[in-house]
Amino acid sequence: MSLLSVRDLTVSFPTSDGVVRAVRGLSFDVEAGQTLGIVGETGSGKSVSALSLLGLNPGADVSGSALFEGKELLALGPEQLRAVRGAEIAMIFQDPLSSLHPYYRVGWQICEAIRTHRRTSRAEAMRQAVELLRLVSIPQPERRVQSFPHELSGGMRQRAMIAMALALRPKLLIADEPTTALDATVQAQLMELLGGMQRELGMAMIVITHDLGLVATVADSVLVMYAGRGAERADYRTIFHSPHHPYTRGLLASIPGAAGSGGRLVPIVGQPPSLIRIPSGCAFHPRCPFAMDVCVRDQPPFVPVSGGEGHLSACWLPPDVVGVDAAADAARQRFVEGRRGPAIARLRAAISGARARGGVAHV
Amino acid sequence: MSEAATPVNPASNEPTLAAAPAGDRPLLQLENVVKHFPIRRGIFFKRQIGRVQAVEGVSLEVRRGETLGLVGETGCGKSTLARCITRLHPLTSGRVIFDGVDITRLSAGQLRPYRRRMQMIFQDPFGSLNPRRRVGSIIGDPLAIHGIADGGERKRQVQELMEVVGLNPEHYNRFPSEFSGGQRQRIGVARALALRPSLIVCDEPVSALDVSVQAQIINLLEDLQGEFGLTYVFIAHDLAVVEHVSDRVAVMYLGKIVEMADTAELFGSPRHPYTAALLSASMVADPEKARSSHRVVLYGDVPSPINPPSGCRFHTRCPKAQPLCSVEEPPLRVQAGDPGGHLTACHFPVAPGEQLVGAEPAISAAVTEFVATSPGAGEEETV
Repeated sequence: MSLLSVRDLTVSFPTSDGVVRAVRGLSFDVEAGQTLGIVGETGSGKSVSALSLLGLNPGADVSGSALFEGKELLALGPEQLRAVRGAEIAMIFQDPLSSLHPYYRVGWQICEAIRTHRRTSRAEAMRQAVELLRLVSIPQPERRVQSFPHELSGGMRQRAMIAMALALRPKLLIADEPTTALDATVQAQLMELLGGMQRELGMAMIVITHDLGLVATVADSVLVMYAGRGAERADYRTIFHSPHHPYTRGLLASIPGAAGSGGRLVPIVGQPPSLIRIPSGCAFHPRCPFAMDVCVRDQPPFVPVSGGEGHLSACWLPPDVVGVDAAADAARQRFVEGRRGPAIARLRAAISGARARGGVAHV
Repeated sequence: MSEAATPVNPASNEPTLAAAPAGDRPLLQLENVVKHFPIRRGIFFKRQIGRVQAVEGVSLEVRRGETLGLVGETGCGKSTLARCITRLHPLTSGRVIFDGVDITRLSAGQLRPYRRRMQMIFQDPFGSLNPRRRVGSIIGDPLAIHGIADGGERKRQVQELMEVVGLNPEHYNRFPSEFSGGQRQRIGVARALALRPSLIVCDEPVSALDVSVQAQIINLLEDLQGEFGLTYVFIAHDLAVVEHVSDRVAVMYLGKIVEMADTAELFGSPRHPYTAALLSASMVADPEKARSSHRVVLYGDVPSPINPPSGCRFHTRCPKAQPLCSVEEPPLRVQAGDPGGHLTACHFPVAPGEQLVGAEPAISAAVTEFVATSPGAGEEETV
């Protein structure tokens, strides 16, 4: 059984502009000791889905199921959730400055996390806090427990966050853009630290990021999200070498240095959609070079395709067309021809209209 | 501020745009550029109690039509250097020579013709556009300020620019908030292009953008370079982006250039230990490369530029540091066996194929110790 098993998670926020459908039926599993990378652009719902698991989205309508060691997280009351949060599932956030309290000393904040969940004396908790800071390679931890967050550098703050998250040895660590705000060398330090902790503690991780480089480095399996849904899921090799979904394919072609990219970058046209007005059918169809009529009409199911074991993709292209090379693209193109009718013609007309007005000349 | 007097360049008295054919001459030369920011304390008599040595003696050349990448971590002075190039900051000392003319000490009025020829694109497409002004007037500003076009002609030129960068010219009257991040960055590009500059300094132009949109802007900048013969100084912390766009790359650490070479040369055989560590730390989106590569983990943070280390500024974190490194500062020079354009400031450069070893005990040892010693492994009580 998986450590965490999420099924058909749906999260929406009622706003004055309309309902923001941030997550629309997302399913994934996290195995004990493994790392799942969740990749997506701004607004793809990757952070919202993680926050919802821990009841951290007040005001959101959440439905679906999330079984953590057999416990239904979405059915827990606030008290029960509090017992899970921090102790069993910990989270670290992108911006350590806004996730540490500016008014309290770092050591105090770590002690609080420990003493909330474990019956520990103040002195013992402080001793553990010092040990934790030492563990995450903060120099002079005895002094640093007395520091306020603003007295630490960005990398140190993120380490303090990690120390706090690991204080209770959680079974699952959710890292939301853990290194985005940090420099490359600091990023490497932190990922080595997290990797080491994971191996020793047998902890599972969900790494949420837009950085495909980070995913390529740390993830065992990868979930690519687009407009609140899973677009593709597979082990890391398959995602980078034999992707099925045109969105994954497009991401890889638009990143310098990615596997299978070379020479000029091929950007994905247009912008990610608004989550209030999500395109019909497959939400990616207005940006997809292989869009067919069916894509405009019907939402594709998230089904097995042939890249490898456990490879799932939500796309109407045939399941055996995977890969990043020219042959795979040609196969995609062949399949698409003849399946483009009036719906695509209308879409094309709208785009070329915009282009004639100078709208997207360079995309 | 201690502004050392330098001899006035005769050409700077009467700067003209036409006085510069000389095809071989580099478009931009920096000579020993130094920029310090004073730290003052006190209310009435502000005493200077220290200085941030943001840029410390940078010399480089940018050739016509090339893209020079500038990489380094937060606080290495790359953005300050960019602002020194465009003279948004006055220099503490050193010279900026643009197209053969020393522009270091020119007055605002004298500088104006040169300002036309060098423009900047900023990182934050939200912070660099005035939210209360319409796009048309934002892009048209340079044309107005330099008295190039008025009224209908200005509008025509602005709409042409919008079309060039892939914006809909009908959106002339919209506000920045009505555009997405990528489109705003296009507005910034259009504004920079308005005066047909020769040099554009791009300070992290794609860092704030989504991955799929990043490529659109990179391609746009490449197209414009071909179309208008632009020269770029391209600052970014994403090494893959820099490798993709640059002809040559300079690596900065604590206000100094530590290594400079052609892109393929620098990425292929870095000689400075910092460059090697930086390259190995960057996470490429290719799982085989990302996982097989030997990662050199640097410990600690970048030291403060207020009180930089003696000798080689990198010696406190360098896996190859020797006693000499803390005493004597290595000059930026061609190392034995390197091609002429490859400069490295290091006493003990990395040999080709050499593997650097981290200087501090491995983290896994610390983790093992933590697991063994920390109490409450089994007897924890949930309150």
